[in-house]
Amino acid sequence: MIFKGRTFKFGDNIDTDNIIPAKYLSITNEIILGSHCMEGIDPEFHRRVVQGDIIIGGSNFGCGSSREQAPLAIKGCGISCVISKSFARIFYRNAFNIGLLLLECPELVEDVNDGDTIQGDIRVGILKNFTSGKEYTANPIPPFILEIINDGGLIPHIMKKIK
Amino acid sequence: MGMTITEKILARHAGLEQVTPGQIIEVDVDLLMINDVSGPLAVQAFKSTGRDRVFDPSRLVIVLDHYVPNKDVAAAEQAAFLTNFAKEMEIKYFYKLGQSGIEHVLLPDEGLIMPGDLVIGADSHTVTYGALSAFATGMGSTDVASIMITGKTWLKVPKTIEIEYKGQPGRWVSGKDLILRTIAELGVEGALYCAMEFKGVSIRYLGQASRFTMANMAVEAGAKNGIFLPDGILSDYVKERTQTANRRIIYDESDRDATYERHVEINIEGMEPQVALPPLPSNVKPVSELKNIRIDQVFIGSCTNGRIEDLRIAAKILKGKKIHKDVRMIIIPATQAIFRNALSEGLLELFLDAGGVIGPPTCGPCLGGHMGVLAPREKCISTTNRNFIGRMGHKESEVYLSNPAVAAASAILGRIGSPEEVF
Repeated sequence: MIFKGRTFKFGDNIDTDNIIPAKYLSITNEIILGSHCMEGIDPEFHRRVVQGDIIIGGSNFGCGSSREQAPLAIKGCGISCVISKSFARIFYRNAFNIGLLLLECPELVEDVNDGDTIQGDIRVGILKNFTSGKEYTANPIPPFILEIINDGGLIPHIMKKIK
Repeated sequence: MGMTITEKILARHAGLEQVTPGQIIEVDVDLLMINDVSGPLAVQAFKSTGRDRVFDPSRLVIVLDHYVPNKDVAAAEQAAFLTNFAKEMEIKYFYKLGQSGIEHVLLPDEGLIMPGDLVIGADSHTVTYGALSAFATGMGSTDVASIMITGKTWLKVPKTIEIEYKGQPGRWVSGKDLILRTIAELGVEGALYCAMEFKGVSIRYLGQASRFTMANMAVEAGAKNGIFLPDGILSDYVKERTQTANRRIIYDESDRDATYERHVEINIEGMEPQVALPPLPSNVKPVSELKNIRIDQVFIGSCTNGRIEDLRIAAKILKGKKIHKDVRMIIIPATQAIFRNALSEGLLELFLDAGGVIGPPTCGPCLGGHMGVLAPREKCISTTNRNFIGRMGHKESEVYLSNPAVAAASAILGRIGSPEEVF
């Protein structure tokens, strides 16, 4: 699963109120949620994103509430992958469950600049920064989470298992 | 090899003799909870599978609490959607406005959770139930939908951080101050993916309400769960509620030779009440160091500090006094039962006399939902759990977190201040 896009760099502890403020929690449609993505810190963010772009987070990305509207908003906005130093645990599960890709790669996060172009392969975890020419290896995704990704999300995965 | 209380509960629910940190296990879920903001997505995912029955209608609890009384048409539609689903699925424990309250206060008070249980909720503050010596953690809507189908979920066994408190709490110090101090020591990701085990002599001085407050905020240090070891205070709390629960109770202990990721010691002797400054719960200072921070709003309530004990502390400070003329004070008893008790104890009248306003049980203001949203540059001192940017309203508003005594004292002073200054 290969993705490529321009990066938008954020800092540490980006919380779910930053990603999607609570006033939008009555929305379940991912495209509408996407039009409010990151509104808590950058109201113009969604206008600048092109399909396939990448969010770079610092440590503890997605901390705070369990709202699944947060990864849905990121996915609905057109982001292909979030690369961060670390992720909050509920956000980590939620993202893969709904089909948003995440990679942990502290080295890349340290080096990358806002607007760099990154290409990655989720299965092998190799990331390339086209702007700087450097290559990185992300922390491996646990095998059973790769299975969830391969099955198209948690619900198809569960239904396959219980059949 | 010895196990911690968390490992023991997980092993039992996985049908294993032994588990070790890092191991991926499949566990049986005793109780599952959804609310009006996480529930609709979970139900949509559940319905997409074509299923017509949840794994056990007596073990899926549905609570309407975040946007009740319905704040707008969209919230009303979500509440109606879940109300219909609860009827359709014959959900035994469905709580709507009038019987309800904030989930994390309501479920323990209703006796739905017992020590030794494994509880999953579609809300990050599900960790609150660790105060009952249960394993409890939050998940998102799709994870919860899969449990609605199978009654099971996967977990990675967490490492446990042992947090030992020493010393006797001061007069105006409660569980909120201990947990704020702890988050300050660990940082907001200091316990990421870990269990926090709260112990030490100081715990003996804390009632069950303070313990709920502490477990509630374990997630603010990134923890998977926060848990207390059972004692007499817990068993007294549980005994009053086993009538309605009629469930097995297992009091687990951590083994002497259990393995901990690390040991953190926190001495609270002589510690003042603590306040978390925006924009993180780890940004903590003793109240006396905060000089002249004028406030526009005070909020006392939430799953963190909306219990009767919290209201009694606030009432003690506010009795016979008036709040500052520039301050709005909102008080929300967490459940219908707490509201009724506060009424019969005369607390609500006392709050009204002081110049406060009483709201119906709801999560509303804590997450900037409704009933107390902040304007740009407004400051609020709040007994809640999060002070992220824009948490209670406009992104230029600010939230300071404190215990109910400090919040009530600040209401009188018009600035953040200590109970000592007014009592």
